[in-house]
Amino acid sequence: MGLLEAIILSVIAASTPLLLAAAGELVVERSGVLNLGVEGMMIMGAACGFAGAYLTGSTFIGALCGIAAGAALSVVFAVLTLGLAVNQVAAGLALTILGVGLSGLIGAGFVGQRIVPAPHLFIPVLTDLPLVGHILFGQDGFVYFSIVLVVAIAWFMYRTRAGLILRAIGDNHTSAHALGYPVLKIRWLAVLFGGGCAGLGGAYLPLAYTPFFIPGMTAGRGWIALALVVFSSWRPGRLVAGAYLFGAVSILQLHAQALGLGIPSQLMTSLPYLATVIVLVLISRTRGAAGSVAPASLGTVFVPDR
Amino acid sequence: MRRLMMTAAVAALAIAATSLSASAAEKLKVGFIYLGPIGDLGWTYRHEVGRQEMVKALGDKVETTYLENVNEGPDSERSIEQLARTGHQLIFTTSFGYMDPTVKVAKRFPKIKFEHATGFKRAPNLSTYSGRFYEGRYIQGVIAGKMSKKGVLGYIGSFPIPEVISGINATILGAQSVNPNIKVKIIWVNTFFDPGKEADAAKALADQGVDIIMQHTDSPAAIQVAAQRGILAFGQDSDMIKFGPKTQLTSIIDNWGPYYIQEAKAVLDGTWKAGDTWEGLKQKMVVMAPYTNMPDDVKALAEKTEAAIADGTLHPFKCPVLGQDGKPVECKGGTHLDDGQILSMNFYVKGIDDKMPGK
Repeated sequence: MGLLEAIILSVIAASTPLLLAAAGELVVERSGVLNLGVEGMMIMGAACGFAGAYLTGSTFIGALCGIAAGAALSVVFAVLTLGLAVNQVAAGLALTILGVGLSGLIGAGFVGQRIVPAPHLFIPVLTDLPLVGHILFGQDGFVYFSIVLVVAIAWFMYRTRAGLILRAIGDNHTSAHALGYPVLKIRWLAVLFGGGCAGLGGAYLPLAYTPFFIPGMTAGRGWIALALVVFSSWRPGRLVAGAYLFGAVSILQLHAQALGLGIPSQLMTSLPYLATVIVLVLISRTRGAAGSVAPASLGTVFVPDR
Repeated sequence: MRRLMMTAAVAALAIAATSLSASAAEKLKVGFIYLGPIGDLGWTYRHEVGRQEMVKALGDKVETTYLENVNEGPDSERSIEQLARTGHQLIFTTSFGYMDPTVKVAKRFPKIKFEHATGFKRAPNLSTYSGRFYEGRYIQGVIAGKMSKKGVLGYIGSFPIPEVISGINATILGAQSVNPNIKVKIIWVNTFFDPGKEADAAKALADQGVDIIMQHTDSPAAIQVAAQRGILAFGQDSDMIKFGPKTQLTSIIDNWGPYYIQEAKAVLDGTWKAGDTWEGLKQKMVVMAPYTNMPDDVKALAEKTEAAIADGTLHPFKCPVLGQDGKPVECKGGTHLDDGQILSMNFYVKGIDDKMPGK
């Protein structure tokens, strides 16, 4: 395996959890809800995903447990913000704190245990192709799913009626409500979907990335996913670009250090953030004459008047 | 009648209160501030083991509290003060970044005893303590120098602080003692705890052809990557053999229990005095995990090195220590660098080609 191929494989692994979590949050925000609890839902997904995989011996069941845990935590958020019309920023932050604490409790009994990491696809001949073999045909299921997920979200949002309604609700919940669309019901579904995606993104860490569970192992990835959604100006295509760019620069800076190029490591560590912000800002400058496409109702509370 | 009952109730309360404070006075309340979660399997976990050993040894003479995941820096001041305000008489703050907050709180509570790990600021009620981890690093260097077929080691650093720099230097000096041409690739991840990033760094090192990975970060991620790639690695802070039964060569184990017991006893006896404790292999504050996955001659050499460091015949930083430019560093300790030089180490030794970050 050549160095280039090895680097690309590492990049894909580093980008996938970000992409999974960010894709879900993109749908949530497009429906006009700002859920800052991604980090909390991710770490819950990590703890429960590991627990599920450890107890059953199946990565697939572990992944399902991760999705369920993320979605379950998002129910708390939905009840607070959609049911009780609580401030979304405060509820989201509280959700992260709750998730970090709760996951530590759930995961306490599993610290120090090991599992078999997620199996990788293997197709004779194809997987052994030079350079592209492992990259295209030798990934774990999470990686393929993350790509399918983003394509499905893009199709849903721009090619289906339901997607149009979701975006309409995100842009103006009062008008959408007046037209008879079930604003709260659709937001509920979006928040649950976002929770499930964040849970899956979190579960990727102990199931495939580093096959063990340690409290706090998401180490801020939920916040990066949140930032990616904003900088991708709420568009699925740019989200993929942003997540992979972030992953690529994170890995490349490590290789640059190992080569001993003598660039200060503090600068290197900040490069993924800088590069992603700059590139995504440039993309939205050049193409979006209409300016920001932030959902107009993002973060505002909606209480139906009838 | 009603009045009588009231008086009786008040009297009962008063008696209860005095008996409560009496038992509280007998029991020493000891507080711990932890950097990570107790389940990090590394740094914080070993402090937690030390706390448990203290509870086991002193039984109901002590009552302990710990606060996990306390961020370093000014933020930690509140947590330390909270312990001070809730009757804790002895407080251990277990990471370098708690230094200034500990100093501040210690000033406000002169009767409470404070102990800060790995720092250098002291006061009449504030001690410092740390382990001479570089001694273990030197042994790891000797092993790595012997075991590396390619002669290239991979080192994952957290932050370029003296503690980590002296660890890298000790490793290289140990490795040079058996293989003068040893090379090292260093990656700084600028975090002590991010399993994903630690794994990425380990992968990058493995992809660039190192065949032994060592780390100064807290999780077992690196050793697990090494296990997947079929190369060798060292554990960190605690025995991580579980994560690489065919991978771990040894691990430096932080052994805080005896010190915590000794200090709590000193407070109970009224003999506690502020000071500085920096112990290593000799006093067993630094312990090596079993030497595994190496041939007998390397194991014997490692054991010999360990014994020599413990009895003082070998010092990892024995003079002359050459800087990167090849010139000898001033030798303040007579035959070896003195403790001050090791504690403030900010240079790489000869043989490291990399440039230190920020220099």
